[in-house]
Amino acid sequence: MNTNSHSMVMLRRNFKHIARNPTSVFNAVLMPVVMLFMFVYMMGDAFNVGVDYIDYVTPGLMLLAVCYGLGSAATSVNSDMTKGIINRFKVMDVSRGAVLTGHVVASLLTNLIAIGALIGVAFLLGFSPSASFVDWLGVVGIVALLGFAAGWLTVALGLAAKSPETAGLAAVPLVMLPFFSSAIVPAEKMGPGVRQFAEYQPFTPIIETVRGLLNGAPSSSDAITAIAWCVGIALVGYLWARSTFNKRA
Amino acid sequence: MRNSAIAVSGLRKAYGDKVVLDGIDFDVAAGSVFSLLGPNGAGKTTAVNVLSTLMKADGGTVRVAGHDVATEAKAVRAAIGVTGQFAAVDELLTGQENLQLMVDLNRRVNSRDGKRVVTELLERFDLVESAQKPVSTYSGGMRRKLDLAMTLIGNPRIIFLDEPTTGLDPRSRRTMWSIIRELVADGVTIFLTTQYLEEADQLADRIAVLDQGHLVAHGTPDELKRQIPGTHVRLRFTTVSQLDAAARLFTDSTRDDEALALRVPSDGGTKSLRALLDRLDEYSLSAEEFSVHTPDLDDVFLALTGRTTEAAK
Repeated sequence: MNTNSHSMVMLRRNFKHIARNPTSVFNAVLMPVVMLFMFVYMMGDAFNVGVDYIDYVTPGLMLLAVCYGLGSAATSVNSDMTKGIINRFKVMDVSRGAVLTGHVVASLLTNLIAIGALIGVAFLLGFSPSASFVDWLGVVGIVALLGFAAGWLTVALGLAAKSPETAGLAAVPLVMLPFFSSAIVPAEKMGPGVRQFAEYQPFTPIIETVRGLLNGAPSSSDAITAIAWCVGIALVGYLWARSTFNKRA
Repeated sequence: MRNSAIAVSGLRKAYGDKVVLDGIDFDVAAGSVFSLLGPNGAGKTTAVNVLSTLMKADGGTVRVAGHDVATEAKAVRAAIGVTGQFAAVDELLTGQENLQLMVDLNRRVNSRDGKRVVTELLERFDLVESAQKPVSTYSGGMRRKLDLAMTLIGNPRIIFLDEPTTGLDPRSRRTMWSIIRELVADGVTIFLTTQYLEEADQLADRIAVLDQGHLVAHGTPDELKRQIPGTHVRLRFTTVSQLDAAARLFTDSTRDDEALALRVPSDGGTKSLRALLDRLDEYSLSAEEFSVHTPDLDDVFLALTGRTTEAAK
């Protein structure tokens, strides 16, 4: 048996979890869609962003959808840790990382389902991107990269947390970050302090990259910053998760 | 020693400033049951974690199945099975799926044998009826059984059981004990931690008492009991006057007026018992009830550490 087959066994396990506890996926899929309705119908007219608000907010909500799915991933990793299942795997000499890879991939796939649903609903509400096929590939690439990076960071948070409850809480900043970015309104419309934060935090370049791609006018400087952030987050998350996984018993 | 399954010498482990294991030595013979006994927080789980390769020791050497846990962790893992303090089962999976998961992850079991092994374990642990139900519906006793069944996949020859019966009702505890005895009969070496003195007494060939990072005693259950004085004869009388007379006769005794009983220190041997009975006879005293009390492990713990175990109460 090699690492790959162990990872597949773990992934199968994570899918069974999702299938048997569909509330978490339901949340991850439904919540962004609800937000889409809320922002477009209730508040959309109040924001003047220069373009159709749905075209502005959909890319932002896509990232929010990624983050929204993370809470349940953190909780499920943590319950594996605190209930001793991870220790069981470690003593059985299960490939290091297979358990974690299973969680990351499951979280990533949940993300993609949620974003698929979100984009579908957005189209029904009049979303009209001018992206080419290649631009769309770029969108999928960036979103998947973010899901992967945030997934590893979430797994690390989940491993480090004392209990499933605190693990869920630890992911809250990740869920909040998109609100303090250009996801909902442009950063330049925010108050001082928040504006600077929004301009420099990782989600703004990532969202602007996605937005640019969907408008058919991608900005390469945003894209480079976005990719750098994602790679950095992934690396930190991965190394942190690995060391916590090896240390904690 | 060739026939020792576990050999530990000078084992030290600290978390920051807090020393949890402070130079521990012991040896577990292959095919025997060794019990590490101690109250909560004594360091039992830490010992299991180090011995089972989950944690690195700060000092000393540990060899399990002839392999060094620090440098040959893989070989150690191939030889052992561990059932932790909390039932490490997957609640969202069914009992059968949990066992199948272990088969899928085990490098020593091929998938053809796997199905048979799963069925056998479900039967052996009396879990056939609930095999298709999610583990979240299982009782505490069933979870522990499933947990142990999962540990047995791959047929490990050394099994670590960290407080296997904590939190179980008396009946489930007995079931667990009989399962452990079956394993021993198969020649499996068992390393058992427990805070229940009775459990160690029931199962273990050798017991080590762990207290605040030190082994304060080590031996067979009987040896431990003999280490402390306190064997006594209990005599119960029918009247106060008889109790008074007997108390005058055995000056080193302690009396319990309420029960009309007298505790007379004795080594429990036949010679001294006969002498005691002769003495009673000589003074025409007859006790309603006569019994010899050897101290249980609770008394041992109290005598060795000067404290009672909270858990034993």
